[in-house]
Amino acid sequence: MIETLGLTKTFRQGKKTVEAVRGIDLTIGEGELVALLGPNGAGKSTTLRMLTTLLAPTSGSARIAGFDVARDRDRVRRSLGYVGQGNGAGHNQRVRDELVVQGLCYGMTRHRSRSRADELIEALELGELAARTVSTLSGGQRRRLDIALGLVHRPPLLFLDEPTTGMDPQSRANLWEHILRLRREMGTTIVLTTHYLDEADSMAERVIVVDHGTVIADDTAAALKSELAGDLIVLTVSDASALASLLAGVAGVKDVTVADSRLNIRVERAEVILPELLHLSRSHDIDVRTAEMTRPTLDDVFLGLTGRSLRESAASTSSSLEFASTAGELR
Amino acid sequence: MNVLSGSTLVMSRELRPMVRDPFTVIFSLVQPLILLALFGPLLTEVPGLGSGSVWDWFVPGVLAMITIFGTSMTGSNLLAELQQGSHERMLVTPLPRSALLVGRAFKEMVPLAAQAVLIILVALPLGLSVHPIGAAVGIVLLGVFGVGLGALSYALALAVRGQDWVFWSIQQTLMFPLLILSGTMLPLTAAPGWMQFLVDINPLGYLVDAERALFAGEFTGSTVTAGVVAAVATAVVGLAVGIRAMGSSRV
Repeated sequence: MIETLGLTKTFRQGKKTVEAVRGIDLTIGEGELVALLGPNGAGKSTTLRMLTTLLAPTSGSARIAGFDVARDRDRVRRSLGYVGQGNGAGHNQRVRDELVVQGLCYGMTRHRSRSRADELIEALELGELAARTVSTLSGGQRRRLDIALGLVHRPPLLFLDEPTTGMDPQSRANLWEHILRLRREMGTTIVLTTHYLDEADSMAERVIVVDHGTVIADDTAAALKSELAGDLIVLTVSDASALASLLAGVAGVKDVTVADSRLNIRVERAEVILPELLHLSRSHDIDVRTAEMTRPTLDDVFLGLTGRSLRESAASTSSSLEFASTAGELR
Repeated sequence: MNVLSGSTLVMSRELRPMVRDPFTVIFSLVQPLILLALFGPLLTEVPGLGSGSVWDWFVPGVLAMITIFGTSMTGSNLLAELQQGSHERMLVTPLPRSALLVGRAFKEMVPLAAQAVLIILVALPLGLSVHPIGAAVGIVLLGVFGVGLGALSYALALAVRGQDWVFWSIQQTLMFPLLILSGTMLPLTAAPGWMQFLVDINPLGYLVDAERALFAGEFTGSTVTAGVVAAVATAVVGLAVGIRAMGSSRV
């Protein structure tokens, strides 16, 4: 469905050249549900804009449903639905009017366009809102309308650029219910960008981690977590630095950070290593006050890959260890 | 989809909120009506207004004024759509880029014509005398000029890249000289030489003169020809610039 080869985009910002996307190679098959995950400014949206013909690539190529995004724009546009970061519907327009116009934009007849609008109004539970002006809708309602607009021409491929950003948890869950149901019914290939880690983790079948304009990891969320992060054991002990030095020799321990009396220990299999650590502490008269173990998140994956936390890297791109451990502390 | 059907679609989409809520058109008439009521009476003793009543001189000017007020601001609607995301959505559809501009520019004719008719109806009891066919031709001419100015306003909206204040600064800076130098508010007979030069290159001035002639029932004079040339030239230049801007628009 999507094939890119060395896809690159550079922008000129005054005298500086900014490389937003640097050589992305991707293959996404029919029916996949893929999340592009990365901090703000990683190049996710720029990539999406190139794939949707909004931006011309500086170099490299991309094909959507077999059509080249630079040479065959019209057929690329017919093959995809796009839900951008903003509101797709004009604020002074009415809900149903915009859906009908969208169908006409894709060359549907007036009659077909109207019946399709009514279908989508029903499918996305927009019935009571059909005659309302878009500016009077809530954020969640507008987002449902955006999805409906993206699906008017029954595209085999749907792009969602940060579909749930700024929404409350209930509306997010509701929107996802709709997206997943429509996917089941129509088999649509879905590519979304998000910086919500839990969303990428629980919804996407495949997670592509993007940083500084390149793909740095690409696998299922489960595989990424077990291969790149590992479990985390957090201990509060009477003598953290003494225990830390003892851990150097323990097999299966990947990484140890100390913060006051706390030890963050990254291990392969926490359920095996935790009893071992408790035993080791007791035999050296180190008092263990609390012990906690957590499965890794995609943030840990990102931290493992880049040395930065995904949650924090939007605010700062510094990648000092100290910074990373503070981020760990906050979690 | 071709440019013509695309433009028709864009135009009808643009007009729909207006049709659903026609009060917006009437509401935007408050300003010109105030001008008509409070400025018109002051003109009675001003020399250089011609032989007819003061309203025969002033009303065509007011129509030119609503044309440039309305159409020069219209780009702000596109600016809002750019910022909100609906323009981006339309760019991803197979709709031709040029249709997104042409449809919007031609839509300007509709509220303009509606407002012009309302202003004329209000001014008739005050003593305005109109030649009906001349007035109809005059309104069409305003529409043609409005298409051009509207297209330029949209081009400006695309060029400022979401910076509202740049749009408004440029629009406000250009609007008043254009208005004053057209002889809409006061006759330009007293203008010094350097000012006369600016008057001569202002297309709105030719339009206002042509409107006055048409409202008086003159069709053949060079004044009308000059007005037609000015309106058509504005439309052609505006559309060319606008289509270019839309074609290379990036969101």
